[in-house]
Amino acid sequence: MTSHSLGRFLDQYRGAGSFLSVCLLLILVMFGLPLFVSTFGLLQVTILAVMSIFALSQGFVWGFAGIMSFGQAGFLGLGAYAYAVAVINYGDSTLAVPISIILSMLFAAVMGYFMFYGRISDAYVGVITLTVSVILFQLINSTSGSQYRIGVVELGGFNGIPAIPPLNLIGDPSRPLDQTGIWYATMGGLLLVYGLLRFILMSRFGRVVVAIRENETRAQLIGYDPRLFKLLAFVTGAGIAGLAGCLYVNWAGYISPGVFALTMSAQAIIFVLVGGLGTLLGPILGAVLIQWLINTIGDQGAVDPGLGLGIILVAFVLLFPKGIVPLVRAAIQQVLTWRKRNVGSPLLADADPLQSGAE
Amino acid sequence: MDLAGLIAFNVVTGIAMLCLITIGLGVIYGMMRIINLAHGELMMLGAFTCVIATEAGINIWISIFVLSPLVVGIIGLVLERTIIRFLYGRILDTMLATWGISIGLTGLIVTIFGNNVRTLANPAPSFGIGEYSTSLYGLVVVAVAVGALGSLFALLRFTKFGLILRATMERPGMAAALGIKPDTVYMATFALGSALAGMAGAVLAPISGVSPVMGVAYITRAFITVLGGGAAIVTGTGLASMLFGTIDELVSFKASPVIGSVAMLMTAVVLIRILPTGITGRFLRRSL
Amino acid sequence: MSDHNQKLFGRRTVLKFSATAAISALAAPAYLRQALASETIKLGCIMDETGPLSLEGKPMAQTTKLAVDELNAAGGLLGRQIEMISYDTQSTMQLYTQYAQRLALQDKVDVVHGGLTSASREAIRPIFGRARIPYFYNTLYEGGVCDRNTFCTGTTPAQTVNHLVEHGLKNWGKKTYVLAADYNFGQITTDWVRKFMAAGGGSVVGADFFPLDATNFSSTISRIQSAAPDFVVTVLVGGAQTGFYQQWESAGMKSKIPLASNVFGLSNEINSMPTSTTDGIVTCYGWYPGIDTPASKSFVEKMEKQFGSDLTGMSELDVTTYDGIMFWAQAVKKAGSLDREAVLAALESGLSYDGPGGAVSLDPATHHTIRSTYLGQPKDRKWQVMETFAHQIPSDSGGQCDLKANPRLNKQFTPVI
Repeated sequence: MTSHSLGRFLDQYRGAGSFLSVCLLLILVMFGLPLFVSTFGLLQVTILAVMSIFALSQGFVWGFAGIMSFGQAGFLGLGAYAYAVAVINYGDSTLAVPISIILSMLFAAVMGYFMFYGRISDAYVGVITLTVSVILFQLINSTSGSQYRIGVVELGGFNGIPAIPPLNLIGDPSRPLDQTGIWYATMGGLLLVYGLLRFILMSRFGRVVVAIRENETRAQLIGYDPRLFKLLAFVTGAGIAGLAGCLYVNWAGYISPGVFALTMSAQAIIFVLVGGLGTLLGPILGAVLIQWLINTIGDQGAVDPGLGLGIILVAFVLLFPKGIVPLVRAAIQQVLTWRKRNVGSPLLADADPLQSGAE
Repeated sequence: MDLAGLIAFNVVTGIAMLCLITIGLGVIYGMMRIINLAHGELMMLGAFTCVIATEAGINIWISIFVLSPLVVGIIGLVLERTIIRFLYGRILDTMLATWGISIGLTGLIVTIFGNNVRTLANPAPSFGIGEYSTSLYGLVVVAVAVGALGSLFALLRFTKFGLILRATMERPGMAAALGIKPDTVYMATFALGSALAGMAGAVLAPISGVSPVMGVAYITRAFITVLGGGAAIVTGTGLASMLFGTIDELVSFKASPVIGSVAMLMTAVVLIRILPTGITGRFLRRSL
Repeated sequence: MSDHNQKLFGRRTVLKFSATAAISALAAPAYLRQALASETIKLGCIMDETGPLSLEGKPMAQTTKLAVDELNAAGGLLGRQIEMISYDTQSTMQLYTQYAQRLALQDKVDVVHGGLTSASREAIRPIFGRARIPYFYNTLYEGGVCDRNTFCTGTTPAQTVNHLVEHGLKNWGKKTYVLAADYNFGQITTDWVRKFMAAGGGSVVGADFFPLDATNFSSTISRIQSAAPDFVVTVLVGGAQTGFYQQWESAGMKSKIPLASNVFGLSNEINSMPTSTTDGIVTCYGWYPGIDTPASKSFVEKMEKQFGSDLTGMSELDVTTYDGIMFWAQAVKKAGSLDREAVLAALESGLSYDGPGGAVSLDPATHHTIRSTYLGQPKDRKWQVMETFAHQIPSDSGGQCDLKANPRLNKQFTPVI
């Protein structure tokens, strides 16, 4: 084989290669970390995984579907509260998890229909999603009277809902998961979501969604209804955020209206922006880095984490609008093209839609 | 009858407050199509300036009408020159950058002053509407709102500066060809918008607590009022404030402030869906 | 190949040596920690020391430090010094569960004194119950908590709100309007006001609830006027909601409708607000600064000496925190160990002592305190005590909470209206 066709052969498998390597990395971390870290340390790392899933929902909706959602926290919160209410009412988490995902998706379907079928421009989608998440926050925050209950669960308003039972083995409420089990469940969820998104992006649906983001008029002229595809992408993103909400509750054991706050939506956006818009690895990386930063700065108490976050956000918008992952990739590519070989390593390829999606 | 008078007074005051909150954001949006998400924090800075100046002994009216707009106007100028300037035309990027500025400013003030609520004594006396009493300060707010809108209208309509502003707003290229520097105009506009926001924050300081996180409550309202109002700065702000302010106050009186706020937000969502370019995008299109 | 074996410090040797050194370096702190750990008793403090709730939380954290320092100066407990591990929850609910987990799982403390709002208490109470760490909630609250692992030293509505309502009915009239913070404390206290008003032949003509960041009360003030009550009861919490009192005065209402409150004054309002706003608001607490007894005066002196200008207005919250820690110390000494069962048994043995607020005893059945309460109002930045009520029983659970007879009880009793 000549080096040229070797290159093309490897090109085809580049997408698969990078996908497998990320999966491998996640699996390694998933099973390896509990061996090195104490239970409390595992608790601290679980939130990073939860935020990664949340970031992926924002990353998909914004980076690939081009929908500027400023209120992704609304779906995070809906999933969280849905899980809490369902698991306490049923006493079993088996149904509670799908309920949390489906409720978020239903709400997103209604909201999406309202927005996309009204042909609202991008900035206004941002406004409406932001406003709706604020409405949800204010509503849930005012439910602390005992008359606000679903089944046996009081919504609790500002008090939140305490003592929420964790996930249990499917169908067996007498075997709840311990901290390590929750870690496995969360990392499993992350792997699942990453795999699902990769699959979607390679499928026809994913490619149409990306095409609509690139040029909506052109996609429309070819014959695809952008409203429907945007709606479906929005709903998918909401489902992922709902799952993140369910896992968030499991991490904290407690939920309060703060989960709907503007700061949560802001965090999702920062995760994606810093990590890399238009990639899947980017949001994960951004979530881990920034959430870890927030935790560490928040602990020392002298400087408010907001100051650091704000500076980072502005710096990235001005200087690195593409985010870390594409930057690093570009740098690696530059280094490698200095060598004789022209073939990129498997780690280079990523969920760049033009490459993996277009195959 | 007296109760109706009291409620009417509350509604008028509510509209005026909304107007004041929005006008700074409206100037910047109307001119540069920039959605400045740091608007709430600019108001917060104005309120803080007022509180600190008054605690240091400066007369409260001077703090409100001279010091706060000046200080926040300068801060706005600095922000524009260092950050916003590079992002013209990139609407989503400016939203993100200004959101970053808003988070950063809040964090800065919390770090310096701590996350506490300060109160400022209300300088106006109370007065009675029949057997009900309320504070005269509401009239001050109305006066300032009307004054601000009026002066802005006068500025845009009757002065040369206003003419330059309007020209640059409509056709920046043409204005540049005629010798006007759009960059300078944008800089001046952002400073003006910031100063207005600072003054609004200072005016509202005596009737609401002043804390580093107070901006969050204002940004959503200002945001939806600007988008609901549309491109025309004066008319749009006025009309949207009237609509949202009335709904908010009436529902608040009937139910509770939280429900009032939710009702206002829902109205906004519906309005933006029906009229995506705002009220003045459809009606009164050629007004200021 | 052969030179590897001949070197004095061959690669393998160096590797082995460094591996051992590394492991022992990592392990050594653990050994040292272990050794140190058996030396100090750990007291966990989880409180809002910054943020809008800090005006109430910081003095409580300061009192905790004072009490721990005092105990240590007297030789500690069981011959060991007490180490205070404190976390600042920054008036944010999310941080409460996080830090509670940390105190329970990582720091493994022997007792926890903390929680400010009732919402925070309910969030962390189960965590310490599961971790089997005795938990003291030293803030006044809406009453009714019945949990073997939890002790509440703050005053409850059956000790204070009932007197406020009596005072209102006797002096002002039969109709009241309630303004409360929108969470369990505000909601349940409002229910208690309803109950006491009804028992005294009066009624609640309106009740409004506000989120903790609410700052604009103008529409509320209009609503109150249209309902025309004889007096207003406020259960407003936190720095933002205290803006109500100034707005009330600005609207000219101060001279028209009197105010009563079971929360006003805890955030140093009498020093930070003008006297025209604060004078005459009737309150009821388990202690006021300025109470003229030797124990009370010496407590104030001690606090002023330790914290000087960093000390903002003192209130019942400081005294109940002090009481909580002293009761715990008494129980540990009586039990002779830190074993949870022994300490709980000692706490349930009918402890009592003379604190800054007078004679206080820990009721074995309800895990609450029996103490005196006082009716007071501010005048010229000082508290005037108007009435004293001795030996107030925390009867909020209506006699249904007997943890000695039913140790498995774990719920909060709320008033049945």
